Amino acid sequence: MSALPMTASAAGDAAEPQAALRARLFEAKLLYPLGVTGLYGYSATYQSILDAVDAMVTRWGTSLDAERIYFPPVIARSTFDHTNYLQSFPHLMGSVHIFTGDDREHRALLGRLEAGQDWPALLEPAEVVLSSATCHSLYPLVTGTLPAHGRYYAVRGTCFRHEPSVDPTRMQSFGMHEVVFLGEPADAQAHRDVGLAHGLELLSALGLVMEAVPANDPFFGRLGTALAVGQLEESLKMEGVTTICPGTPPTAIMSANCHRDHFGRPFAITTADGAVAHSSCVAFGVDRIAIALLQAHGLVPERWPADVIGRLWP
Amino acid sequence: MDEEIRRVLAAHGRLPVDAAGVGDGDDLFQLGLSSHASVNVMLALEDAFGIEFPEPMLRKSTFESVAAIHRALAQLLPTPAQS
Repeated sequence: MSALPMTASAAGDAAEPQAALRARLFEAKLLYPLGVTGLYGYSATYQSILDAVDAMVTRWGTSLDAERIYFPPVIARSTFDHTNYLQSFPHLMGSVHIFTGDDREHRALLGRLEAGQDWPALLEPAEVVLSSATCHSLYPLVTGTLPAHGRYYAVRGTCFRHEPSVDPTRMQSFGMHEVVFLGEPADAQAHRDVGLAHGLELLSALGLVMEAVPANDPFFGRLGTALAVGQLEESLKMEGVTTICPGTPPTAIMSANCHRDHFGRPFAITTADGAVAHSSCVAFGVDRIAIALLQAHGLVPERWPADVIGRLWP
Repeated sequence: MDEEIRRVLAAHGRLPVDAAGVGDGDDLFQLGLSSHASVNVMLALEDAFGIEFPEPMLRKSTFESVAAIHRALAQLLPTPAQS
């Protein structure tokens, strides 16, 4: 529910064109394989596309007078506990573990390492977990009373989702840039709707063929499908999807999510008149957008259409 | 059976109302049964009755009322031996 699993259906027969795209990105040295499926290094050229997409989102945020905050890839576990992410998506989250032992335990750790055994079993959970959605880090910062008419925030971070795939758009670690609103229920709903339209416009203007579809998050468990159906019925979350690899299901490269009081309540965020604040976010999957652009316009950004270049690097 | 269903609801449904007073046909989701609490109810019913809800029953409507849960369980529990 919290923002954005940026889902693309991982249809089995879709794997081939996606693997081919990944191979082209490796060959062009835009992405570098890091030995684990879904984990990449990337080139300066790729980074420049991320920067341009980020700057585009920032310009929108600035027009809304949004406060800009950048977050690290890890989040306080005490914050994560309040997001309900573990209830809905335990299969996607990741935790950080650390070594807290003494000399003797260190020796045991190295003994396991040398023997090719399970050394992480000797570690302890840290006070941080990997961030699953950028906006999660924001909410504890705004605990308390919002100004009248609410507040916009533009937040940028790196997120982790454990869903290894040959599809290069389904990364384990990826950039997420969100424009979040907190305030009155009607205003939160309006940001979801207006923001969705604006986000689609921004991406369409980059030459991407966008479509808005109601989203169903990949909820965990045997009742997961039923939970997703509930989310669909209430149309709480919309995704902006585009077909990246012809012949494969469209990929969500942005999403617009109305959380209602899902975060306002646990983080004790209230409107100026003391009611529980509602929130909504429009999230851009920065890496997915970069890859969609590379696939749509070619692997050399200098040769992209002039109007696209003009919009990304004004 | 309905008594046991209500016991499970009271223990796992996190309902803002007393499960003992819930009518057979009352909509549990309207009464405040959350999606996540419904998962807990499902698992607790499986433990309590020694059954497993099969895939086609894994929908919200299966857990929408005491009567709906009763109907689902009735299909899954072994029928008394016929003489």
